[in-house]
Amino acid sequence: MSNNQKKQLTPVQQEYQDLEKQKETKRPVVKNCIKAFFTGGIICLIGQAIQLFYIYYFDFTDQTAGNPTVGTMIFIAMLLTGFGVYDRIAQFGGAGSAVPVTGFGNAVISACIEHRTEGFVLGVGGNMFKLAGSVILFGTFSAFVIATIKTILIQWGGL
Amino acid sequence: MIFFWAFVVGGLICVIGQIMFDVFKLTPAHTLSTFVVIGALLDGFGLYEPFIDFAGAGATVPITSFGNSLVHGAMAEAEKHGLVGVISGMFEVTSAGISAAIIFGMIGAIFFKPKG
Amino acid sequence: MLTGHRTWVFDQKPVIISTGTVGGPFEAKGALANDFDLLHSDLWLEQDSYEKAHKVLLEEASQKAIEKAGLQKEQIQFFLGGDLINQITPTSFACRTLGTPYLGLFGACSTSMEGLALGAYLVNTKGANYLLTGASSHNTAVEKQFRYPTEYGGQKPPTAQWTVTGAGVALLSDSGEGPRVTSATIGRVIDMGMTDPFNMGGAMAPAAVDTIEAHLTERNLDPSYYDLIVTGDLGHIGRGVSLDLFKKHGTPIREEQYQDCGLMIYREGQPVLSGASGPGCSATVVYGHLLNRMKKGEFKRILVVATGALLSPLSFQQSETIPCIAHAVSIEYGGE
Repeated sequence: MSNNQKKQLTPVQQEYQDLEKQKETKRPVVKNCIKAFFTGGIICLIGQAIQLFYIYYFDFTDQTAGNPTVGTMIFIAMLLTGFGVYDRIAQFGGAGSAVPVTGFGNAVISACIEHRTEGFVLGVGGNMFKLAGSVILFGTFSAFVIATIKTILIQWGGL
Repeated sequence: MIFFWAFVVGGLICVIGQIMFDVFKLTPAHTLSTFVVIGALLDGFGLYEPFIDFAGAGATVPITSFGNSLVHGAMAEAEKHGLVGVISGMFEVTSAGISAAIIFGMIGAIFFKPKG
Repeated sequence: MLTGHRTWVFDQKPVIISTGTVGGPFEAKGALANDFDLLHSDLWLEQDSYEKAHKVLLEEASQKAIEKAGLQKEQIQFFLGGDLINQITPTSFACRTLGTPYLGLFGACSTSMEGLALGAYLVNTKGANYLLTGASSHNTAVEKQFRYPTEYGGQKPPTAQWTVTGAGVALLSDSGEGPRVTSATIGRVIDMGMTDPFNMGGAMAPAAVDTIEAHLTERNLDPSYYDLIVTGDLGHIGRGVSLDLFKKHGTPIREEQYQDCGLMIYREGQPVLSGASGPGCSATVVYGHLLNRMKKGEFKRILVVATGALLSPLSFQQSETIPCIAHAVSIEYGGE
């Protein structure tokens, strides 16, 4: 985002930035993508196994098994975050650990654990959505817009 | 077979996320918010459910499914109660994820200390 | 005393009569562990928050410096120092314990030399007999404030740096034995439009180059006058870019004489990406390791250039660029 809103650079600044770009260690994009692929794939694989477990042993259907699966995965994220393992997985896997729902859980749980030193009310309560809040906001708001438009179209146009 | 597609599809969605991190230099918050909106849009066009049938957990585990669930819940309620249903139904299907995150966040704060 | 536009030459040559350096577990595993007075095995220091542990680091470093000089804390006129935490509370709270008249400073990671420059000025002008100056940082307290909660799974790019958990304090006096502060050049705020908070080195290099070149010009010196020119925390990238800039400007600084504290403090193999950073970085490396080497006779004259990035988490969110500053202080020992 910050790159999109770059202020107009003076010639001196532009010259320096061109020079700096040559010395800057480039991010290993391809390597990171491969690592993200495997990390994300494995997490989804585990999710699939958990989902089937709930369907066969607990009477959930394909549709309803999603809920306990997500809950279980966030529980696992709590353990990994609490034992200081999740951030190491993330340094390796990048988006592979941030994009699955475990990443959402980690965002909330890590903020809670960190801000406990400021108390449960102001610290934990006041800071827990520091990282995940934007996901909830944009998810809710975009769903609102999309569902409203769709409902109106259905009611008027017989979609 | 479902395991294979769950792995591949889930992995590929994460690769898109990694490209947003490394090439577009977006923060995790920006990237995940974008994914959620995409998930919502795909369900708006009726494309996410078939995606789940095909890829299983590869479609339900990434955060995109969050957007899908929100629209799903909103539409289900709207069918019964019209426009008001959009607001009241949204969190019906998604509540597991958010409740779990909040509850386990609190439990985490009670039992764990950050490790650095 | 004022030489040129922004350089002070200290004719009384204030003496660094003792120092105190304290580090954390990561520094204990690092390359300079033997140069620390005290090392801790965890980040909490038996306190119940990172910020309180941060305060303890500075308290201990200050007490060590006072002890080693054989003085009482009541004899110290002033304490000049700062850190990165909001409102520099760890430093202020440490001075509550010390009870010394207190001048809080903010120069981000350049605070150590900002304090040494001002402190030397005060001692040189007979404004103080004994004066403590230092800087400190704490890895997880800084991460919590500037970046993400420490257990959060955010992937750091290779340009990122590792904040030192440590405090370095020097005790200055107008008389006594020890390395002497001979001059200082104050930095200007330099902003090259860099925006990535995970690439501090690239943002700070121009400030370091600006101050070093001003220092050499205003004192009319050739870089070879100094055995060592060492920056605070430019890291691999900042060091590389600044060497390129020196070449471009025709300033004859040799690679071997130009080092960086951020590249010295940790071993190969410690996961610090581009290098170490933090106010504690330059403070602990200079007041511990480098002064020890000076006392052994390895260097006679060094120029320490601490570099700081003057951003805040909020300024980044408001799409501001990253302005930086560098302060230079020259220290000499043995061999007038």
